Amino acid sequence: MPVITLREALNEALHLEMARDPRVIVLGEDVSGGAGGTSGQRDAAGGIFGVTKGLIHKFGDGRVIDTPISESCIIGAANGAALAGLRPVAELMFADFVGVAMDQIFNQAAKFRYMFGGKARTPLVIRMSFGAGMNCAAQHSQTIYPFMTAVPGLKVVVPSNPYDAKGLLLTAIRDDDPVVFFEHKALYSRKGEVPEGDYAIPFGEAALVREGEHATIVALGRMVPFAEKALEKLNADGITCDLIDPRTTSPLDEETILESVSNTGRLVVVDESPPRCSVASDIAAIVAQKGFRDLKAPIQIVTAPHTPVPFARELERAYVPGPAQIEAAVRKVLADG
Amino acid sequence: MQLNRDALLQAYRRMRTIREFEERLHIENRTGEIAGFTHLYAGQEAVAVGVCEHLTDKDWIASTHRGHGHCIAKGCDVGGMMKEIYGRADGLCKGKGGSMHIADLDKGMLGANAIVGGGPPIAVGAAIAAKLAGEGHVAVSFTGDGGSNQGTVLEALNMAAVLKVPKIFVFENNGYSEHTGAAYALAGQDLGRRVEGFGIPVFRADGFDFFSVYEAMRQALEVSRTGGGPAAVYATCTRYFGHFEGDPQNYRAKGEVEKFREESDCLKGFRARVTEAGLIDAATLDAIDAEVLGEIDAATVAAKSAAPPVPADVLTDVYISY
Repeated sequence: MPVITLREALNEALHLEMARDPRVIVLGEDVSGGAGGTSGQRDAAGGIFGVTKGLIHKFGDGRVIDTPISESCIIGAANGAALAGLRPVAELMFADFVGVAMDQIFNQAAKFRYMFGGKARTPLVIRMSFGAGMNCAAQHSQTIYPFMTAVPGLKVVVPSNPYDAKGLLLTAIRDDDPVVFFEHKALYSRKGEVPEGDYAIPFGEAALVREGEHATIVALGRMVPFAEKALEKLNADGITCDLIDPRTTSPLDEETILESVSNTGRLVVVDESPPRCSVASDIAAIVAQKGFRDLKAPIQIVTAPHTPVPFARELERAYVPGPAQIEAAVRKVLADG
Repeated sequence: MQLNRDALLQAYRRMRTIREFEERLHIENRTGEIAGFTHLYAGQEAVAVGVCEHLTDKDWIASTHRGHGHCIAKGCDVGGMMKEIYGRADGLCKGKGGSMHIADLDKGMLGANAIVGGGPPIAVGAAIAAKLAGEGHVAVSFTGDGGSNQGTVLEALNMAAVLKVPKIFVFENNGYSEHTGAAYALAGQDLGRRVEGFGIPVFRADGFDFFSVYEAMRQALEVSRTGGGPAAVYATCTRYFGHFEGDPQNYRAKGEVEKFREESDCLKGFRARVTEAGLIDAATLDAIDAEVLGEIDAATVAAKSAAPPVPADVLTDVYISY
């Protein structure tokens, strides 16, 4: 099986689906790039992270649309195009820019079907990079999927590896509802085995990344490879864990998490967002409500601190939860009961 | 102007329907039976109808919080609308939207919108779809003088011009953004000049005059239906009621609305124009008035007695069930 990066996996998914379905369009800032430039070269960017590279040459500027820097209007236009029968994939570059486009996401896209009595379909994907680790500082590094997850009417995807990224993006584009698709910018170059053809990964089905008996670790995005690293050390001491990657935070596969906790009796949830109202606190609450009697020890959550993302390397390293914190949290739930 | 007798009668009927719909809601609101916010369109009928009489179900419109007139002009079912406003189970949106969120995708109606400035970006997207389909359809957004100050509207103007999509921006300057005058809140005053700054042709209209709006929209469509990109219609008008029902309108001079009703009313103007030209006699228009009155009365009675949704309906039409 070919080994490719997460960036290439996403690019493959876009190529496949645009070729298969003429209703799919891509729009955003610099999704091609070069329009109006003096070199005359199109695809000068291919998306700032290269995810949409090459699409314009295959599908033309009618379907690969470079927009002005107007995040509200990008999402608004994607909403209208979706209502009018297309299947737009809008790119917001950085998840932080959701702040500029929020109305069109949470007041418009998320509400159409319900508010219009079930008649509207909004097959829309909003892709965005997220996460710290590249010294992009406070307004280009945030992990904001918790507050997208909190909005009724949005589906939220957070892939951690190339295989999932491709299969989940294909599902997202084929879904009839708005999907917010979070791509961790430090994972774009992560490599993995990815089949060449078409495959879709259903939403709401967690991946069991590792199996073990002493504790359950639930992790998302970049925290999944960090948890794998932590497990290498723990395994050396004879400690094994289930490692669950929910892959989508809405819908959330509660069942897999609860079942694992019923076997292990201990839970560590790892989330790169700040702790309050996070996915970590949400999953901890669900397990406390529905799996309390299975727990042998208090739940541990491993999150970023409740601060903006700092810039300096030393500060950012201290900000992002890493393998050491995950390892310590697992040892703590083991020591606690 | 290529309006035959049938087209004139239809335009008059639609304008009268909007008027009576809104006049009746104004009365019914006082009974307390209608929940929530209601924003009435009475006074501006010539704009909605002058624009929408050019459109088919395959053209799209995106409306505003003051959307009843746009809905009726675009062909939404009046009975279904009334039931929606009363929050009934068989309202156009099953009672889940209400006055500010009436939509009917089958009619090309992308929804009223309770976020001021929410519609124009959405219509840009519908225009992208129309351009890709290549069948000559357009997308239209309605925006008031208040909405024109939202950044989203300026983004939409720019993006529509950059992408050269078949999008028509209809601006309705009714003189007030909520409780504040356009004389205060609209920098530069002439909104048309703002739009022309984006390289978008603007066709100005007297929003009290159906024929003026109809002609401006015809010219705008000449641009947009033939691959010329976006165009705009800028109409000045007034609203007869407050920003919302219950607004005491103490920002308006005494007698202002009465003067507009007396001297500039679009229905009176239409009637005078077609009867004086000998195109339609007054008795025919009187008959339409009576029919419309009956239709609105029936819609109101039906809405009042219609069944409300059942509590279990709160959990349907969702993307994900928890």
